[in-house]
Amino acid sequence: MPVTVSSKRLRREFIKKVKELSGQNLQSCYQCGMCTGNCPAAANMDISPRRIIELARLGLEEEIAGSQTVWICASCLACTVNCPRGFDLSKVMEAIRLLTLRKNIDRVRPEDIPPQERGELPQIAMVSGLRKFTG
Amino acid sequence: MSLAYYPGCTLKTTARNLEEPAVASMEALGFKLDELPRWNCCGAVYSLAEDDLIHQVAPVRNLIRAKEQGKNELVTLCAFCFNTLKRANLLMKEDVEKRNTLNSFMNEEIDYSGEVKVVHLLEVLRDEIGWGTLAEKVKLPLRELKVAPYYGCTLLRPREIAIDSVEDPTILREFLKALGASPVDFPESTRCCGSYQVISSPDDIAEYARAILNSALRHGAEALVLTCPLCDYNLGRGQKELMKKQSGIREMPLLYFTQLLALALGLGPRVCHFGLNHGSPESLLREKDLLPQVESVQPIGG
Repeated sequence: MPVTVSSKRLRREFIKKVKELSGQNLQSCYQCGMCTGNCPAAANMDISPRRIIELARLGLEEEIAGSQTVWICASCLACTVNCPRGFDLSKVMEAIRLLTLRKNIDRVRPEDIPPQERGELPQIAMVSGLRKFTG
Repeated sequence: MSLAYYPGCTLKTTARNLEEPAVASMEALGFKLDELPRWNCCGAVYSLAEDDLIHQVAPVRNLIRAKEQGKNELVTLCAFCFNTLKRANLLMKEDVEKRNTLNSFMNEEIDYSGEVKVVHLLEVLRDEIGWGTLAEKVKLPLRELKVAPYYGCTLLRPREIAIDSVEDPTILREFLKALGASPVDFPESTRCCGSYQVISSPDDIAEYARAILNSALRHGAEALVLTCPLCDYNLGRGQKELMKKQSGIREMPLLYFTQLLALALGLGPRVCHFGLNHGSPESLLREKDLLPQVESVQPIGG
């Protein structure tokens, strides 16, 4: 029996996965932009934190996948503590990162970190960085 | 009095300058930081994904070690470890389903349901010793030292594990006052230093540092007091890059709160290992007469 995979179905799948992994209700965000306003890395991002939520709940996976934003997020939680809706954007950022990393697509290769730096970096930097950027 | 203590990996290697002055200072205050037997790496960051329970095993095992010892409190010093352990503890306390899954997965261990209280050393100083008592124990007041408290992220966020007010933390300010220093408040005291982004976007670290250091400088700080080894690394590395790009920038000394504590308690510079700091504080401390040549704790003669 042929199975038709429509783009609409794929979008629904993406929204479902982000919701499941993050545990967040994407509809609760009312797009006030406090997350972007408080993000210390927003200036380096091509898509603002606020827009990530909007794109995620529309299921626009390709737009998000083509953006650097989730890889620039440092999980500092400035967005989380300042959200008037109690929405935890750090968990949505993590969910989107994991959807890539779990396909065995790593963001960082440990061997690319210069050996001298590997010796100097605090262990918490190595462990957390490799946790966030490798699958 | 003995306190169960979790050091974590970084404090045993690149951040001995955070740990050793803490252990010596607490001893001088009448507390023994008693290292947990068989502790393991906490995983450094708390798992944010709902289905990622395997990464909760490492922090929970450490909490189980503390429970096995009959301890109801676990003292942490590294800001990353504090955050990871305290969040994992909260998960075990509040999420029955995940707690049951984790307990059955670790069937060789005793069951755990969040019985141990995870605290940071700053909380011990504030809540168990008290600023007044601490001030009385000061032998070398840090007079005229203008220090800006830099909290970073992990002691204050998320809200449910914060050691102080998320918006207006005062714990480091009160700590500095107890030691006789002059705290300098600045608005970027809780702004992220870039954290683990140093692994993937090292070129951005200098800009994170610029915002924090410039603000502290503008508010009159002579040094920054820190709690986290990654803040020390990133701010130090960032400012060295800025100094290379632009001449005439004076290096901002970076100090751990435990180093200031040891100095103020008269333990001398030897336990502080200032050579490991990523923003050298020695010339400033010498200028302020805070680096005594003779240490007050003398070796026992034979």
